[in-house]
Amino acid sequence: MSGSGRGAWIPHAVLLAGLALVLFPIYVAFVASSLTVRDILDAPMTLVPGPNIFANYRETLAAGTIRTSGQPVAVMMANSLVMAFAIASGKIAISLPSAYAVVFFGFPLRRLCFWVIFVTLMLPVEVRIIPTYKIVADLGLIDSYAGLTLPLIASATATLLFRQFFLTIPDELVEAAKLDGAGPWRFLVHVLIPLSRTNIAALFVILFIYGWNQYLWPLLVTDSPAMTTIVIGIRQMIGNGDAQTAWHLVMATALLAMLPPIAVVLAMQRWFIAGLIEPEK
Amino acid sequence: MERRVVFPGWLVPALLLAPQLAVTCVFFYWPAAQAILQSVRHEDAFGLSARFVGLDNFAAVFADPAYLASVEVTLVFSLAVASLALTSGLLFAVMADKIVHGARFYKTVLLLPYAVAPAIAGVLWLFLFNPSVGIVAVALRRAGIDWNYLLNGHQALLLVILAAAWKQIGYNFLFFLAGLQAIPKTLLEAAAIDGAGPRRRFWRITFPLLAPTSFFLLVVNIVYAFFDTFGIIQNVTQGGPAKATEILVYKVWYDGVVGLDLGSSAAQSVILMAVVITLIALQFRFVGRRVHYA
Repeated sequence: MSGSGRGAWIPHAVLLAGLALVLFPIYVAFVASSLTVRDILDAPMTLVPGPNIFANYRETLAAGTIRTSGQPVAVMMANSLVMAFAIASGKIAISLPSAYAVVFFGFPLRRLCFWVIFVTLMLPVEVRIIPTYKIVADLGLIDSYAGLTLPLIASATATLLFRQFFLTIPDELVEAAKLDGAGPWRFLVHVLIPLSRTNIAALFVILFIYGWNQYLWPLLVTDSPAMTTIVIGIRQMIGNGDAQTAWHLVMATALLAMLPPIAVVLAMQRWFIAGLIEPEK
Repeated sequence: MERRVVFPGWLVPALLLAPQLAVTCVFFYWPAAQAILQSVRHEDAFGLSARFVGLDNFAAVFADPAYLASVEVTLVFSLAVASLALTSGLLFAVMADKIVHGARFYKTVLLLPYAVAPAIAGVLWLFLFNPSVGIVAVALRRAGIDWNYLLNGHQALLLVILAAAWKQIGYNFLFFLAGLQAIPKTLLEAAAIDGAGPRRRFWRITFPLLAPTSFFLLVVNIVYAFFDTFGIIQNVTQGGPAKATEILVYKVWYDGVVGLDLGSSAAQSVILMAVVITLIALQFRFVGRRVHYA
């Protein structure tokens, strides 16, 4: 509407300020990850990247810091990756079939089953952490990938997304499949899953980020340093934030912790935005 | 909301539902029931015996000045985070909706904080504001401000609010932009022809039409500030100094895991559950069943 004429620069100026706000903390962390700890302690540090970038990242990935008892950050990243993949694929694997059952079958207790799942939407894992911890401990799953991921898989969001999408599939399509003699399994595998590809991709991105960024639950359920995820591990590296903190390595770790989720968002941006917003319409 | 054409039988759907129902029962209903049970019992320090105490745990929680202080911190924190993140998200969305070229580039960059873990966002802001090495802290001191969030509770609260709001800008921006783009341009053009200026058009047409989006985002942001910010608090302030940044979810964790007061921690969990259920029920009541994913 007011795309031309005087004042057309204002939106750009505001948005550039927004970019600066978003990028500045990340940029400062990046510069810090390329300096020596001395450069950083000699505050204020420079805003020009230094020459130590490869050495710092090599040290971080391969050795970590003394504070984390030398746990290499590469191990933490591998743990985070396993956790994020398990949560994303686990959630999709259990919620697609259950949404299919709730939408495409007429069976007794259908509404009850839907509500039993739906209610879980309301309670984030954070409010039931301690009893959940006790149950996971009773099942002997502390310090295991199963204990790390299963309680986070138990939620309704993905089921609801699939349900909403399945409800938009025309009855004629189901009718035609039935006339062709397709049973429920064939319909699922040959019609429904191919049709849901975009939704699955979008959901995978959202759930991958959700899984990668988990904090409170992994903090509770992992004891051994070998199971630490990167988002948790960085806490021990900071310590008290005093002169002994290896800030250059902490900042390299922070960037490594951001890299996979940011890469996933950038690579799958279109699907991801559609997946995030479209179910709201 | 039900389909006309469906498959018959109950065995196949039962098999399809079994995995999700099993996981939900074991890791959701069981612990939720345990939390409620624990909240009405008192356990001795060794966990050897427990007795029913009714609502004593709740009474003790609400009589505890430390809990009430934490409620206050949480309210200030979540309202500040939500209003900061919502207004800046709206501002950037309104601006991005106006421009013709480069909108995609802005969108991509503004989205980045969504991908950053709250705990990592906390580390980034901690590094900027750390009293001994942070470049913003040094600048503030040179400007004559006595900056030390490790000692000053207000400054600590401000810092965690900034970090938490920063992380949420991209999400709000995205939803506001989608909301703005869904508003028919003809409506705004008609108002312009009738002589309504840009400001009037925004407050009389755009803003009311964004109300459902805004309300949905308000609930999402408050739920986020209540629960997802644990990592920020833990990394930046550990609830300190002197509990100045101890939000409720941090207190649940601290009292239960560090303090080992399970009855009180469970009662606090149940109170939080009630808060979330109320918030989401309100949202469903007013703007329908929108779902916040992840």
